Amino acid sequence: MNAFGYVRAGDVGIAVRALADGDGRARLIAGGTNLIDLMKENVERPSLLIDITHLPLGAIQAADDGGLRIGALVSNTDVAYHPEVERRYPLLSRAILAGASAQVRNMASVGGNLMQRTRCVYFYDRATPCNKRTPGAGCSAIGGFTRYHAILGTSEHCIAVHPSDMCVALAALDAVVRVTGPGGERAIAFEDFHRLPADTPHIDTNKRTDEIITAVDLPARGFADHYAYVKVRDRASYAFALVSVAAALRINGETIEEGRLALGGVAHKPWRDRAAESALVGQPASRATFERVADLLLRDARGFGHNAFKIPLAKRAVIRGLEQAAKGVNPP
Amino acid sequence: MAERRVQTIGTAPAAMPERMGVMFKLNGAVRHIDVAPWTTLLDALREYLDLTGTKKGCDHGQCGACTVLVDGRRILSCLTLAVMKNGAEVTTIEGLAHDGALHALQQAFIDHDAFQCGYCTPGQICSALGMIREGRAKTADDIRELMSGNLCRCAAYPNILAAIETAMKQLR
Repeated sequence: MNAFGYVRAGDVGIAVRALADGDGRARLIAGGTNLIDLMKENVERPSLLIDITHLPLGAIQAADDGGLRIGALVSNTDVAYHPEVERRYPLLSRAILAGASAQVRNMASVGGNLMQRTRCVYFYDRATPCNKRTPGAGCSAIGGFTRYHAILGTSEHCIAVHPSDMCVALAALDAVVRVTGPGGERAIAFEDFHRLPADTPHIDTNKRTDEIITAVDLPARGFADHYAYVKVRDRASYAFALVSVAAALRINGETIEEGRLALGGVAHKPWRDRAAESALVGQPASRATFERVADLLLRDARGFGHNAFKIPLAKRAVIRGLEQAAKGVNPP
Repeated sequence: MAERRVQTIGTAPAAMPERMGVMFKLNGAVRHIDVAPWTTLLDALREYLDLTGTKKGCDHGQCGACTVLVDGRRILSCLTLAVMKNGAEVTTIEGLAHDGALHALQQAFIDHDAFQCGYCTPGQICSALGMIREGRAKTADDIRELMSGNLCRCAAYPNILAAIETAMKQLR
């Protein structure tokens, strides 16, 4: 780890100013579970850490529109076990508890979960070229070991995946990210928060570098009756997803009135596909419907050798997620 | 002596940070240390406060050997900067026994032969204590899932599970 300065921010304005005044190498720190790890690997080499853990962003509050506002500093644990989240947004609880370990969830903040970097081994290994670390250097994953890499939305410059479980549920729930910067506050739709790699894989999100996440807003509709989070991974627990699926349905009788699907472990961002979701609407909640939608969702998927198995795996996970959501049965 | 142990790699930023004063309520006693910002809580405990019960396993948050309780919650001390926990209450494995009597979890680990090499044990016990306080584990499968952040390379898992189940009944 390199030497760095440390300041504790007393309010959001100070944190924003400290970011803006820095040399571009200042970083915000909250839970630190990803940033400190990256610093130990010398992938992140900040000049200054701005400790935001004392900012007043640690509350979960009812919002005027019937939704829920989750402060950026609420720990992953406290979101997952919050009575209102468990009751109204069980999909989010399930997704969070499928991720990391209890210790990491106790430390990690909501904002930090959104900002975590990929776990691509080549991104972590400074001995190998990586367009995320050094734009233009090349991608070592393409042609390398790709078991944990993307099958959707890839580019010739990067096939890394976003590692979050929480974000997959937030994408399915149409959450909104609130950020504050020198120009004031703005809201970013969850789908627009993370980016595909394209030719700028070093830029993970559309949050500007001088902005700070203050909250994540959940809309009123939480799909508490028909939801599922299916996570497939190499260990039974404490492993990143090979493929994960957040499925949420609104069903009237046997007919689907609304469907949401988000995939994790398959792309540079939680993957949503409006065409696939539209194909659920008005259809019977049947296996035939779900198979058709799974095919549609993966229609543009492309394997890179070792990860080609993820295409059929993702289809099956989508079908299973939709079946569980339709039944309203959620085995642990 | 401690200064030598602070790892620095590469060039220092323009304004070289000074050591900062940090205070913990550590296992019930107030302790003050001066550390650089990049000193982890784990290194602060082991190298500055001579509490070597907390173990450095992977040093990357993957094994759980460094688990301690901060303000009552189990966290990974290897991924925590000491300066960020100024004023916090920190409990390590050394703080669990009282008046010479082992904590129920410590005794249960002995009674169930819940370790072989013992390196993961302090982290297992601190993590189990945090889990019991969280109150979410009801079944053996819950315990397995909620203890998945603590690896045991000797694979003493069946006995660790039995020890935690025993202590959990006593502590409720």
